[in-house]
Amino acid sequence: MARLSETAEAQIISICERYKDEKTPLMMILSDIQKEYGYIPLEVQELVSEKTGISVAEIYGVVTFYSFFSLQPKGKYVIGCCLGTACYVKGAQQVIDKFSDILKIAPGQTTEDGLFTLDALRCLGACGIAPAVSINGKVYPKVSVDQVQGIIDSLKEGAK
Amino acid sequence: MAKVNIKIEGIPYQVDEGLTILEACKQCGYTIPTLCSFNHGECNLGSCRVCLVEATGARGLVASCVYPINEGMEITISSPKAVAARRASVELLLSNHNRNCQECAKNECCELLHVAHITGARENHFEGAKTETTLDELTPAIVRDTSKCVLCGRCVARCKNAHGIGVLGFENRGFKAIVAPAENRSFLNSPCIQCGQCVAVCPTGALMEKSEIEKIDAAMAAGKYVVVQTAPAVRAALGEEFGMPIGTPVTGKMAAALRRLGFKKVFDTDFAADLTIMEEATELLERVKTNGVLPMITSCSPGWINYCEYYYGDQVDHLSSCKSPHEMMGAILKSYYAEKVGVDPKDMFVVSIMPCTAKKFEEQRPQLVNKDGLRDVDAVLTTRELGRLIKRSGIEFTKLPDEDFDTDLVHDTTGAAHIFGVTGGVMEAALRTAYFVLEGKEYGPIEFHEVRGFEGIREAEFTLGGINIKVAVASAMKNAKVLMDQIREGKSPYTFIEIMGCPGGCINGGGQPYVRSVFLPNEDIDIYETYQQKRANALYSEDERAVLRQSHKNEQVQALYAEFLGEPNSHKAHELLHTTYSKDRVKFD
Repeated sequence: MARLSETAEAQIISICERYKDEKTPLMMILSDIQKEYGYIPLEVQELVSEKTGISVAEIYGVVTFYSFFSLQPKGKYVIGCCLGTACYVKGAQQVIDKFSDILKIAPGQTTEDGLFTLDALRCLGACGIAPAVSINGKVYPKVSVDQVQGIIDSLKEGAK
Repeated sequence: MAKVNIKIEGIPYQVDEGLTILEACKQCGYTIPTLCSFNHGECNLGSCRVCLVEATGARGLVASCVYPINEGMEITISSPKAVAARRASVELLLSNHNRNCQECAKNECCELLHVAHITGARENHFEGAKTETTLDELTPAIVRDTSKCVLCGRCVARCKNAHGIGVLGFENRGFKAIVAPAENRSFLNSPCIQCGQCVAVCPTGALMEKSEIEKIDAAMAAGKYVVVQTAPAVRAALGEEFGMPIGTPVTGKMAAALRRLGFKKVFDTDFAADLTIMEEATELLERVKTNGVLPMITSCSPGWINYCEYYYGDQVDHLSSCKSPHEMMGAILKSYYAEKVGVDPKDMFVVSIMPCTAKKFEEQRPQLVNKDGLRDVDAVLTTRELGRLIKRSGIEFTKLPDEDFDTDLVHDTTGAAHIFGVTGGVMEAALRTAYFVLEGKEYGPIEFHEVRGFEGIREAEFTLGGINIKVAVASAMKNAKVLMDQIREGKSPYTFIEIMGCPGGCINGGGQPYVRSVFLPNEDIDIYETYQQKRANALYSEDERAVLRQSHKNEQVQALYAEFLGEPNSHKAHELLHTTYSKDRVKFD
């Protein structure tokens, strides 16, 4: 198994320390790690297990239960297509399928160049502007299938 | 305890306050079918939804395993609504279940099959997609087949409660949810100690021991000289496989059955338990005299050894270098015994009947191969597998006469060896001999009750021959952890520690007959609290009946030293009876 760098190890330990007085610290620890690194691989879970006494299986269970947590590194741009009820009836499935076709990845995957991750989201709470797509926190309203190529192109342009 | 008044099916009852509906009904003589509730709330997730009943004050149907009773509650088990709901719950579970029941080794005592019968579940009532499944057969000890898992969580709770390690957990969500080690890895590539406690509580065939019956069939067919040995705890529980009351010692019938199964020789691992005491007591005294690594810890339990290597690899020097008794027996059978009776060790096939799944893992350890490349032991069957083998052969176990083990060369045993199967037993056996060695006379009362019992950790202190010896006994790894952390911090006050992997020791091993109150209509309601003591009593009673009760009085063991090994811990004894441990076992490799 790959080893963590000393810096990463120290930072994860300090995140665990941050919540040492909490009764149920796991969600907060994982949430901070996810924000800091963008993903939570097994070796990180092992370290959290060692520091908190919570078993790796239990931590892994939490990481795989919540779609916010990720086991794989995410791309530079995380494209989250809302598939909640309102977005779905407004054609969100076609939108996510279009992203999938153009980027040649399935939801949950990341492009080989590390630029894009495609996620299927549950409700974003933006039903009034359905179908909604959230990219790195910025919400795109009423996205149509025809706009998808343009969105990808502008992000690629921005990445240069 | 305060009482509350409830009604079940309109009949008034008074029951203890604080019970769940399921427990209250059980007290009043009603068994509500359930899959996820086990052992008085050891696991109560309310996840299987099989125990639905109607109760006043509740909205809709409630899961009786988690719903508490209150004053005046009226409970209805048999209303059409409750009956239909329980049936639907089971039918939904079956819709995502691999229904190859006729070939499933669990089918005789499968709780899912049982509740299907009880609730009248219809086959294929709900057809639909099935969750993608995993079949893990990589370890020699345990098979995990998620196609039969009902996600009840009993195994998750047992692994966590007994050992604190929580190797199993729920992962993914919704339809993709499974119970697995992290990353859905094999037990082989996870820090699983192979103890089989998860197997012991699984209601279905999702977790089972890996059967080695076919290996024995093949050895017999190939004309090998197939011999068998049985661990002490097996005789205390095998009868349960044939409907005998829990705690019935069946030593004589077991020997008779094994002979009828075609084994060339039927031996008792207890001979090697006495041998273990000679080696281990000598090793301990040597460590005390030479300021060696102390405390020394027993090494009979392979589940414990796995735990120590995974979680306390830096402390393995504390382990006694003694092999476990059945491995010692195998080593002696393939050397001393084979030579004496004129059998080529290469033609000999040693089978161990053990209360344990971890022994199957131990059997394959690279350290347990002799200089000619032969394994000390060739196959390990659990108590349950032996039960299956006997049934397959048509032997009517309960009608067998009591017979003795084979009497040549490695037959003698003592009472000290019989109690190896229960927590504290190895310690007591060692103390009986240590007393004799250090005091120069036998301990009058023979028994050391200080180390008996089922508390997680027990300790005692003795002054023997002017030497102060402080001992501790622990079973289940969450208790071992306390003692190991003391050692790691350099604060352990003990000289000698006995640790067994399973809670209560081998009598409650992961390979022992399943204890399920639903299949034991003649046992008392408190059977989950009493079965370990009942099995332990079977071994203590064998000890009391024994003519010889101290390992050093075993004449054939003494003859083995005189004729073959020299003395305890001699060079030859080390070559055959001792082993080594790994300091750097990787948890997730």
